[in-house]
Amino acid sequence: MESTSKGLLGRIQLLGRSAIDIIASLGNAAIFLAMSLIGRPGPGKHFQLLVKQIYFVGVLSLPIIVVSGLFIGMIMALQGYNILISYASAEAVGQVVALSLLRELGPVVTGLLFAGRAGSALTAEIGNMKASEQLSGLETFGVDPLKYVIAPRLIAGFISMPLLATIFVVVGIWGGAMVAVDWLGVFDGSYWGNMQSSVRFGYDVCNGLIKGVVFAFVATWIAVYQGYSCEATSVGISRATTKTVVYSSLAILGLDFILTALMFGEI
Amino acid sequence: MNNRALEITVGLFVLAGILALALLAFRVSGLTLGDTGQGSYKVTAYFDNVDGLKVRSRVAFAGVTIGKVTAIEMAPKQYQAKVTLELNGDVNYLPEDSTAIIYTAGLLGEKYVGFSLGGEEEVLKEGSVIKDTQSTLVLEDLINKFVMGSDDSGKEVAKQLQTMNDTLKELVKTNPNITN
Repeated sequence: MESTSKGLLGRIQLLGRSAIDIIASLGNAAIFLAMSLIGRPGPGKHFQLLVKQIYFVGVLSLPIIVVSGLFIGMIMALQGYNILISYASAEAVGQVVALSLLRELGPVVTGLLFAGRAGSALTAEIGNMKASEQLSGLETFGVDPLKYVIAPRLIAGFISMPLLATIFVVVGIWGGAMVAVDWLGVFDGSYWGNMQSSVRFGYDVCNGLIKGVVFAFVATWIAVYQGYSCEATSVGISRATTKTVVYSSLAILGLDFILTALMFGEI
Repeated sequence: MNNRALEITVGLFVLAGILALALLAFRVSGLTLGDTGQGSYKVTAYFDNVDGLKVRSRVAFAGVTIGKVTAIEMAPKQYQAKVTLELNGDVNYLPEDSTAIIYTAGLLGEKYVGFSLGGEEEVLKEGSVIKDTQSTLVLEDLINKFVMGSDDSGKEVAKQLQTMNDTLKELVKTNPNITN
């Protein structure tokens, strides 16, 4: 690329260049996603790969998801109770816990944790494969690395994260029940009853799930793309891993705002 | 880890996710399969003031939930708020001349629509219009009336309070020991 001249024109040129770079990399990522997913291999040998990836991405993320879900539910109940008790409506704590977990905290916190644990691991793993020339090795054998390495990881992420988000919410609600009902003495029936009368399956639960699916898509896509396109050095891999966590966290929070405005904005 | 154990763990994970979703559906959102009763029917009611009433607010009779508010809109000809109520199908015995009243649950609670029983034999059905309504209680109006004394009853109450106060003072004056 030709060098930039100084002055106003130079700055404008820089701006243009970075815009073109951003759009080009977005385009690359989109092409990469399409190439990995279109005509993806069916069951058989590849199913084994998928199972293995779900194990690494999903099952191994369970401990952090369960523990944070439990504690976040407990914190929500404690804080909610302390505020609601001053309005003599501590019974509504179940509603507070369930709605905030289902609508926001479940998908968002799971997404952030997922990006931190599974996403960074995916980037590092794929980056490492690239650095040790395993990806080009596969190509030499006539195996498409997009289908063999990338696609199972992408699909595993898409499947695992909504499941993790659902588990997170359920554990959180039980944690909230533990604090509110067992420790703070909210009546059991009103905790669950208020929750049931305010939570609607088609609205709150399903919209939360949709958020989980969207965040899964974005977080896995960023992780895998960063790994695949990183510089094949140890510095490059570490940079890509950092980028994965930063980009996916920002994307999740930004998308969360847009989705919330679309889903719950009009009430 | 061998393949079998791996697959079993993944299977358990997926199962846990599905189980969690089922729990959310039934325990948390109280989803019931199919409609209980015979569906529902809609009636409309016109109110002078529906301040605080929301779509999805509950409709209750004798404190039992029998339906919900499905729409609140302006009825331009009547200069009133048109409220559409969806009542459960099995509530098919409310007389047509029942009064729809907007209540407040507790002092600060949510607004909901309640019914006061009428006496007619004809019952409310799909498309019925409730003629007798009682609007939401606007606390500010009441306080205004009382403070400004624009209402005679307010003046009356104020006068009585004054008399009571005077009597008490008199009482204390004649019996100094009464305060002990």
